[in-house]
Amino acid sequence: MNETTPTITPEIVAEHGLTPEEYERVLRIMGREPKMTELGIFSVMWSEHCSYKSSKFWLKKLPTEAPWVICGPGENAGVIDIGDGKACIFKMESHNHPSFIEPYQGAATGVGGIMRDVFTMGARPVANMNALRFGAPEHPKTRHLVSGVVAGIGGYGNCMGIPTVGGEMNFDPSYNGNILVNAMTVGIADQDKIFYSAAAGLGNAVVYVGSKTGRDGIHGATMASAEFDDDSEDKRPTVQVGDPFTEKLLLEACLELMATDAIIAIQDMGAAGLTSSSVEMSDKGGVGIEFDLDQVPVREEAMTPYEIMLSESQERMLMVVKPGREDMARAIFEKWELDFAIIGRVTDTNRLVLKSGGEVVCDIPVPPLVAEAPEYERPWVPTPPSPVLAAADALAGIDISPTEALAKLVASPDLCSRRWVWEQYDHMVMGDTVRRPGGDAAIVRVHGTDRALAITTDCTPRYCVADPVQGGRQAVAEAWRNLTASGAKPLAITDNMNFGNPERPEIMGQFAGCIEGMTEACLALDFPVVSGNVSLYNETNGTGILPTPAIGGVGLIEDVNDDLTGTGFAARDDAIVVIGDTAGHLGRSMLLRVFSDSQSDAGAPPPVDLDAERRNGDFVRDLIVNGRVSACHDVSDGGILVAIAEMALSGGIGADISPPDTGMPALAWLFGEDQARYIVTSNAPDDLLAAAKSAGIPAIVVGTTGGAVLTMGDGNSISLSDLRNAHESWLPDYMAVV
Amino acid sequence: MKAAVIVSPGSNCDRDVQVALRQSAGSDPIMHWHGDANLPDVDLIVVPGGFSYGDYLRAGALAAQSPVIREVVARANQGVPVLGICNGFQILTECGLLPGVLMRNAGLKFICRDVDLRVEATDTVFTRDYVNGQIIRIPVAHNEGNYFADDDTLNRLDGEDRVAFRYCSPEGAVTAADNPNGAARNIAGILNEGRNVLGMMPHPERLADAMLGGTDGRPMFDGLVEALATAA
Repeated sequence: MNETTPTITPEIVAEHGLTPEEYERVLRIMGREPKMTELGIFSVMWSEHCSYKSSKFWLKKLPTEAPWVICGPGENAGVIDIGDGKACIFKMESHNHPSFIEPYQGAATGVGGIMRDVFTMGARPVANMNALRFGAPEHPKTRHLVSGVVAGIGGYGNCMGIPTVGGEMNFDPSYNGNILVNAMTVGIADQDKIFYSAAAGLGNAVVYVGSKTGRDGIHGATMASAEFDDDSEDKRPTVQVGDPFTEKLLLEACLELMATDAIIAIQDMGAAGLTSSSVEMSDKGGVGIEFDLDQVPVREEAMTPYEIMLSESQERMLMVVKPGREDMARAIFEKWELDFAIIGRVTDTNRLVLKSGGEVVCDIPVPPLVAEAPEYERPWVPTPPSPVLAAADALAGIDISPTEALAKLVASPDLCSRRWVWEQYDHMVMGDTVRRPGGDAAIVRVHGTDRALAITTDCTPRYCVADPVQGGRQAVAEAWRNLTASGAKPLAITDNMNFGNPERPEIMGQFAGCIEGMTEACLALDFPVVSGNVSLYNETNGTGILPTPAIGGVGLIEDVNDDLTGTGFAARDDAIVVIGDTAGHLGRSMLLRVFSDSQSDAGAPPPVDLDAERRNGDFVRDLIVNGRVSACHDVSDGGILVAIAEMALSGGIGADISPPDTGMPALAWLFGEDQARYIVTSNAPDDLLAAAKSAGIPAIVVGTTGGAVLTMGDGNSISLSDLRNAHESWLPDYMAVV
Repeated sequence: MKAAVIVSPGSNCDRDVQVALRQSAGSDPIMHWHGDANLPDVDLIVVPGGFSYGDYLRAGALAAQSPVIREVVARANQGVPVLGICNGFQILTECGLLPGVLMRNAGLKFICRDVDLRVEATDTVFTRDYVNGQIIRIPVAHNEGNYFADDDTLNRLDGEDRVAFRYCSPEGAVTAADNPNGAARNIAGILNEGRNVLGMMPHPERLADAMLGGTDGRPMFDGLVEALATAA
């Protein structure tokens, strides 16, 4: 590419991912044929990744407000009030396409990017989470991808010294050609020290800090806005290369400068690098920006303006600095051995003007570039409903004892222990990880206080594909439930919408359905969306992934010394109580996925009754906060018996279970995945049942803790050590195969 | 007790050590920037964990060339106690205060988990509050913790009772199965000849607060404060 390309041909337009209609719009805005750099800027700004052109119409429907929301979607990350003058700043973001092409660097730079989104707003990152989806375990690429992604996430977060405190990981053949790597960062800032991206102040210096600009990642945003085909491996050069050491320096330098009053606006350079950061700063501030590209620190010779503007080199920031503060700011960045360059000024023209070698190579009016970005209400068709499976029909042909089923389920790819993963993440650095990975939610103390944040990521794609509305509800409700089961008050979520090709009506139908379900759940649970990210075109050769609206939830624990209840059984001879109704719903259950030949992934998913979620959850949280239960765990994948097994393994105490006489098949009662349920333990069950009864909450005693065995009588038993071996060994054994 | 924590570009357990020292000493240590060779007079120097210089070249190799490290070596030779944790241990081997090297973990993966350690030497300012043979639970978090030295050096370390901690089973047995990283003779921490320099891969500062799941690391900091307060 060079600046002297005489004419823009339809082929060049197509290579830039713009439709002929979109290019007509470019011509109208420019009033002339664009130069190559200008075309490149339109291309990335109007890519699906940057413009949200297919999703914006739907995203606007999500609830984003609550009294504790300080800043909702639209900035680098969402901001909520967590009391004592502190704010929690968080977001989740995908790095799916790059991670499939180059798993280590793709995942690493995903983590680096989301951390920058959080610290660019003034927060010190305190926790990382992730939501990972891989193809079938038997697919030849899966091991390599798991290994690379986990090492990449660890490699970046560990070096930064930010703990990776948990996440989720599933396997499904639909991800064979499109894995999902969604990374979430949670940070903490003082409420009066939150930084935004709106540029201001005519003549103020626009400063570039961080790493030098190279030729890596050019057109990464465009690549992330297209389907894969058999030649996707050729896209490797569009993947960026991460340098966590530089990002650590950038974090410390930015926080040091943020402690002064020098910064007017700051924006990280993520997707579409210098282009999107400068356009966003100028658009939000209602000002223009003029750059001298000769001043941009570069690490390669003869980079063209096109390459400089479209590079996605990592670990860079753009900021507007107050007049007279430039030297002080420069001294801080030089101390941290980082580049600091004044590359331009704020203007009053509302235009993005770029000069190179004294010539104007780009002059774009910013407001139409942003406001007239394409927005599509793409055609969509609702997902046809799946029939509700009756328990007896679902179980036809499954002849297995409950403990045999349990042993196999806890050793299945989707339910086995993730220890192999999280032991590669430094989950303790910073000294505030109160609850380590493996429970319902990670708990991280707010440094120097008695408060703590509970953090979780959740989604059940096999429910979403069967019924996007129920699946959308369930993803939000499960995040809310996990925070509740940790004793936290759920506050807000970030969403990472991963879907296939939005130009297919059935995919847009999945998107619309999930948004509808999420919206209902957010409203019913007072759990607004404050930030998010959309990743579309997760398809290879025309086959899409399961719809995966990953939810990252954050909740607040007021007093971490008092309000903490673990997942594991804490004492012997406690009564085990199931809170919530059990109907034995087996459609889309893990039981069928593992044991049924004909009905694996069949039927409707469990319905989500949001009123019951709210009632049952609020009741359970009260029990925890008032110290009335000794352990608590939510019931999700695998149903009651898997939840009890997890509590037993976590606490090292067995249980004697007596399923009630309900008339339903035992396997349905034990492994059904009805929603809105929790398991708690108590040494005063009569009081607890009475409290539940007066509150109108379904509650039933189903057993007693104790011993080193999980038993249901009649020789139907399994020792905790056998259960632990089954649970712990699948993933390391799988990954050990060369 | 006056302590200094050395902060290099890429240090990331500096604050954790600061918190642990503050908890035991009741006062804050000096956070000393690596580029500043003028190290104040202190009773204890801590080289904390992290990824100094991104572990580029070799873990600890670049930080070992920092201006302040020359001063740390001089102080150590004068008898000032120096504690190197994780990346700090790597820096102390790279600058020659301690023998041997820390190679990549035998499993070729970063590993973060609690391990059991057997306390092998208690006649030091670092370990005086432990009992000889005591089993303590302390986390490791490293990619290069595989201690290696030639047999002569290892024999000397053993002969001079300079192995401070060994990886062991919960019952105290020193076995290969309980060695998280392949370290020679299950070595988790060693002393210099003067017994005033300790390098260790596990992080005692990470389990010095009951809220974080254990306090087996706390006696190290309490012991240092007692010993060095008496000395002052």
